[in-house]
Amino acid sequence: MTWVLENLDVIAGYTGAHLLQALPPILVAFLLSLPLAKLANSRGWLRTSVTTTSSLMYAIPSLPLFVLLPGLIGTGVRSPANIIIALSLYGLALMVPTASDAFRSVSRDVLGSATAQGYAPRARFVQVELPLAGPALLAGVRVVAVSTISLVTVGGVLGVPSLGMLFVDGVRRGIAAEIAAGIVATVLLALLTDALLVLLGRATMPWTRRQEVGSS
Amino acid sequence: MTGSPFLDSLRWLGDPAHWTGADGIPLRTLEHLGYTALGVLVAALLAVPVGLYVGHSGRFKGIAVAAAGAARALPTLGLVTLFALLVGIGLTAPLLSFVILAIPSLLAGAYTAVESADPATVDAARAQGMTEWQILTRVEIPLGMPLLVGGFRGATVQVVATAMLAAYVGSGGLGRFIFQGLGSQNYPQMIAGSLLVIVLALILDLSLLLAQRLTVPAGARAS
Repeated sequence: MTWVLENLDVIAGYTGAHLLQALPPILVAFLLSLPLAKLANSRGWLRTSVTTTSSLMYAIPSLPLFVLLPGLIGTGVRSPANIIIALSLYGLALMVPTASDAFRSVSRDVLGSATAQGYAPRARFVQVELPLAGPALLAGVRVVAVSTISLVTVGGVLGVPSLGMLFVDGVRRGIAAEIAAGIVATVLLALLTDALLVLLGRATMPWTRRQEVGSS
Repeated sequence: MTGSPFLDSLRWLGDPAHWTGADGIPLRTLEHLGYTALGVLVAALLAVPVGLYVGHSGRFKGIAVAAAGAARALPTLGLVTLFALLVGIGLTAPLLSFVILAIPSLLAGAYTAVESADPATVDAARAQGMTEWQILTRVEIPLGMPLLVGGFRGATVQVVATAMLAAYVGSGGLGRFIFQGLGSQNYPQMIAGSLLVIVLALILDLSLLLAQRLTVPAGARAS
């Protein structure tokens, strides 16, 4: 406990670095999954191959991917860019199938009546389809956010600064409190982000306030 | 990191010296598989009965869902290093983390498997005079088998990835190649080790996916 109090600035610094690596992948996964899911849903065979690719992608362990990427994209092993790109890929692997299911769950009759009411394709997507798929999309983003924030720590063993450094440093110097602080900080960050996403969902989708959508 | 690290890593993989002995690829792969099997097995013994009970009775479902969600936030590396400090270098620390990480998938797989059985089917079984035990073992488990295997698949994929970190705290497995390479700045060796783990993970994932497809009961196959 004294270690934690004496090193609050260290923890804060790593937390900042951690967030800088976690937030871009979450955002990228969400934004890119929307067009990719729509594209996948347009053809049956495309949907099957996207789902299969995603599940295989997610089976690739994170540390080997962090190691492989520098050779593929020409960055250094210790570069945060590797972490951000690898975690974006994992995020997409989780999010694209979820988004595809979310859009498929929107009733075709509802979309048909929106068209009949005169909605242009883009307006129909933004004002009808997206809000109806919203709760399922939110559930997916919450899973992506929590697992991304947890996975950022793995970069610590390669020397990429994040809360994972507390584990690496703690085990080298034999300070259990440092490791415990890293675990607690990571979990808190994940839960806090999750709570913010729930609030964001309530603000943007007021109709879901009564029927809470839980993460699966 | 000059030239092509990938060609160098292929050369590393092709070197016969890396395929024999205690630090050879076959033995490290077997170690890795052994850790994975042990972790998933211990976790299954703890989680599957609980999951089946939760699914059948509908009790404690909230707790099970919350536990599965919270576990996703737990950083693997943190658990491995913390246990290593607390119980010492060796296999106990990684094994404890494997079990903790495998439990949520197995638990969720087991209770969703039981829950997925159509209530009308379960009621019909009850009306026919089946005992609760018979309903569970002859109706709910067979119908939910693909989901149960899906839980095993998720847990296995998680543990294969984590098993690499065993080498970080002094045990064997394929992670050895990565951490040795990291220590000696041998990037081709790190890539070779990474490729081995990725291939192993994909083979396990695909085999379990196949098992998942094969366990759909003949009578429940979608037309």
